[in-house]
Amino acid sequence: MIQLTDVHKAFGSNRVLRGVNLTIPKGTSMVIIGGSGTGKSVALKCVLGLVRPDSGTITVDGLNVEKGDRDAFLAKFGMLFQGGALFDSLPVWQNVAFRLLRGSLKRPKDEAREIAIEKLRRVGLKPDVADKYPAELSGGMQKRVGLARAIAAEPEIIFFDEPTTGLDPIMSGVINELIREIVVEMGATAMTITHDMTSVRAIADNVAMLHDGVIKWTGPVAQMDDSGDPYLDQFIHGRAEGPIEAVR
Amino acid sequence: MNITSPLAAVGRQVLAMLALIGQVSIYAAQTVSHLLRPPFYGREFLHALVQIGWLSLPVVGMTTLFTGGALALQIYAGGARFNAEAVVPSIVAIGMVRELGPVLGGLMVAARVASSIAAEIGTMKVTEQIDALVTLSTHPMKYLTLPRVLAATLAVPVLVGVGDVIGIMGGYLVGITRLDFNAATYMKNTIDFLETFDVVSGLIKGAAFGFIVALMGCFYGMNSGRGAQGVGRATKSAVVAASVLIFAANYLLTELFFSA
Repeated sequence: MIQLTDVHKAFGSNRVLRGVNLTIPKGTSMVIIGGSGTGKSVALKCVLGLVRPDSGTITVDGLNVEKGDRDAFLAKFGMLFQGGALFDSLPVWQNVAFRLLRGSLKRPKDEAREIAIEKLRRVGLKPDVADKYPAELSGGMQKRVGLARAIAAEPEIIFFDEPTTGLDPIMSGVINELIREIVVEMGATAMTITHDMTSVRAIADNVAMLHDGVIKWTGPVAQMDDSGDPYLDQFIHGRAEGPIEAVR
Repeated sequence: MNITSPLAAVGRQVLAMLALIGQVSIYAAQTVSHLLRPPFYGREFLHALVQIGWLSLPVVGMTTLFTGGALALQIYAGGARFNAEAVVPSIVAIGMVRELGPVLGGLMVAARVASSIAAEIGTMKVTEQIDALVTLSTHPMKYLTLPRVLAATLAVPVLVGVGDVIGIMGGYLVGITRLDFNAATYMKNTIDFLETFDVVSGLIKGAAFGFIVALMGCFYGMNSGRGAQGVGRATKSAVVAASVLIFAANYLLTELFFSA
């Protein structure tokens, strides 16, 4: 279980998170929605320890993320970054097997390559992609390689940062389906941030709406359309009028 | 405008400079401390060694070759004013190994390597590859900074050594073809005049310059701003800082090694 309690974070005078409270039960898929610049990525990076919150606590399975063995903590996580964040200098298979080629999860090179090719197959990519470099792939293929890397070490928790941004609707559908399948199949806890309402409906068990640095609404995806929350209603229907200012 | 405004502006610049010196010092100390703590990424170190050392050889070689030749011509012309043309081999040799080999080698590596490291790491930062490294349980300083800094610290002295030889060779070629020196005499004067510490001091300077170059490339890359402009600024700052620090370190080391 991931729990954020009264998390605050400011960058200079810009108070991005103003007391975020959120619980993500183990084995469920939580999607955080909200406008651009509302702090969704910052919240996610706070959980991973990439950004240090100014105050508040974040626990994963009851353990404070700022304490304990950092390597063991990070070994629980897989993450798909918005732009893929693949390492340009490494071929695709070494990107996917990065964690398996070094550190505590290190495996023999041949075994790591086999696992990488299996994970590439799992996300719908042929083995011949393995020896290509990221720059040789399309945006959709890079996202799938990023997804393969996120699941390569079979993590307990997977984060998806804008998984369908920049993709065409068909490729977005493919990625959404893959994410859902993988999360269900692995029984992993998932946290996704997105603007894409199609993704929300495809991926989420639960939804949280982040606005103005706080969670405005959270609940099961099935209740999202009847929430009665004016912020959520405006966001999911894409209206210009409502409590969320269109010009920010 | 308030009369104290210019002073306040100068004060802000001084404080910013002091803060930068502090940040670089902490970064350098952290880099060195990682040398003593596993894991060590050998493959990245070897890759950096090839990129920084082997691939810089042509540019360092060409620079020192032409500089050695020009130096011979200048010393000959200057020496002729008081009938001291015979000092050309000795002064070319000592000038190359003590000063020009290390400084020019360091500057050429700064131009080639500091810019490349800063641009690469800066791009990795803005495309979230550094964050990705962290989530993959890999410390960016161990994986990116330490291998490059160590490789440069070891490779630049070798480049300087090769540059010294090529530079002296440049002076030799000009000496025997343009200035009518006897080849054997030129070589004998060169070898007889040089002392071991002349060469060793240059190599120590090379190690210091290599450390500075890679450290500046990594530091500015890791602290790069967003977007193409941020990476461009980081690249420029890395080269400028590395070049200025090379001159400063050169003076301090020369003072240390050779002041009476």
